[in-house]
Amino acid sequence: MRPGFRVLLPLLAGAMFIALWYGIHRGLSEDFKFLLPTPGAVLAAMHDNAPALGRATLNTTTGALLGFASAVLLSIAFAVLMSLSSLIRVSLYPYLMALQMTPVIVVAPILVLWVGAGLKSVTVITFLICFFPIVVNTTQGLISTDRNLVELFRMWRTTRLQQLIHLRIPGALPYFFTGLRIAATLAPIGALVGDYTAGSSAGDGGGLGFQAVIYSSQAKFAALFATAIVTCALGFIFVAIVVGLSSLALRHWHESYDRADQ
Amino acid sequence: MAATPFVEFREVTKRFGDGPLVLDRISLSIAAGDFVSLIGPSGCGKSTLLRLIAALTPLTSGSISIGQRAPEENMSDLGFVFQEPTLLPWLTTARNVELPQKLRGVSAAERLHTSQRVLELVSLSEKADAYPRQLSGGQKMRASIARALSLTPRLLLLDEPFGALDEMTRERLNEELLAIRHQQAWTAFFVTHSVAEAVFLSNRIVIMSARPGRIHQDVTIDLPYPRTSETRLSRTFHDLVAEVSRTLRSV
Repeated sequence: MRPGFRVLLPLLAGAMFIALWYGIHRGLSEDFKFLLPTPGAVLAAMHDNAPALGRATLNTTTGALLGFASAVLLSIAFAVLMSLSSLIRVSLYPYLMALQMTPVIVVAPILVLWVGAGLKSVTVITFLICFFPIVVNTTQGLISTDRNLVELFRMWRTTRLQQLIHLRIPGALPYFFTGLRIAATLAPIGALVGDYTAGSSAGDGGGLGFQAVIYSSQAKFAALFATAIVTCALGFIFVAIVVGLSSLALRHWHESYDRADQ
Repeated sequence: MAATPFVEFREVTKRFGDGPLVLDRISLSIAAGDFVSLIGPSGCGKSTLLRLIAALTPLTSGSISIGQRAPEENMSDLGFVFQEPTLLPWLTTARNVELPQKLRGVSAAERLHTSQRVLELVSLSEKADAYPRQLSGGQKMRASIARALSLTPRLLLLDEPFGALDEMTRERLNEELLAIRHQQAWTAFFVTHSVAEAVFLSNRIVIMSARPGRIHQDVTIDLPYPRTSETRLSRTFHDLVAEVSRTLRSV
């Protein structure tokens, strides 16, 4: 595909989508027009609510980043631990699953009780949501090392630590980044849901989830759409950063990056 | 042949767990500088024999000595080239070649010096900064050989290294391997399925029989070194290939 098309085609599709949006709005009877505010009205709402939305975005981003970062650090440590022996894996895996299976809605009130509503709870909830995909993928990567390469390292009489650093960890990077990419899409959502269920507006601490509750109770539908767009953009930024990092780490050697870039 | 053998197998037996006997009372004396090819039907244990020398698997009974030491104590001067190139995909050719030294704590300057030298030896200098996926099958194998040579081994173990390559690349690499051997003094164990390759490279061919693996016949190849592509055209070469093939079929 010509490079220009990669930009042009999505823009074209977007333009058609917005036209359709306006069309539907026009087609609705006056009584129902409030259900679908026009893109112009949404932009206007975004502008009018800029201070509140900006503050909320900052709070949600903080929670999402803290939760995501702590999930990355702890999941790497946990994955290395799990990779050490199948005994450890078998022992811990059910509880890891249990952690993932417990719905946030149930965990949230407990967390509020333990650490209080607000940023701390939001961070913990984001952490809980991001932890699982990174651990599972990274562990899989750490134990999927090519047998021939393990044999080679054994022949060189390397220590387990050397094997981990020079063989298992670099080999697990593609898996790690797969987990990281999933976690990156989940982090803003996690922070938002966390905010919705365990957030606090005290001292301007409310995030986008809180903001959504407020706009919905005030029937400010255009502002609600604006909140959705901001949330979506936040998710895109998270994923874009991870995709960028992944490309930096893998593009020279991994098969998933084709030779077009060389 | 030297008075004291460099590698000696005494009544070596190997079985995996409760499985059938893989190697049955193998006795073999190899002099320093020998190029020994192991050939035989699949299941004759020739790869297992290499793995025993490399101490990648323990022997069941008997003993092996390499330069008067047990295989486990003899790691530093051993080079192993596997069937697969076994390069680390995330390292460039040069870094792959330097890795075993790096793991032993050799300084960066010395590593660079060695990698340049061995890559030169296998004619791969211009690919030093390329990643494995950018190399052809033959180039990957050259890199793998360069890595094995980087530790200046006294003993080189090659497990069907050229099996996956096309005939022309294989023949060229055979010639290059002998040229390198001419400059360095290592002893080689070479596992192969190709009689022509075995005859071309070795001064001894050990023909093995399968289930359990036994030494069927030990053939001396009296072709003078250096051997070149001309050697393959000679009458003696063809006669030896025919003779070994005949013996192999009788296994």
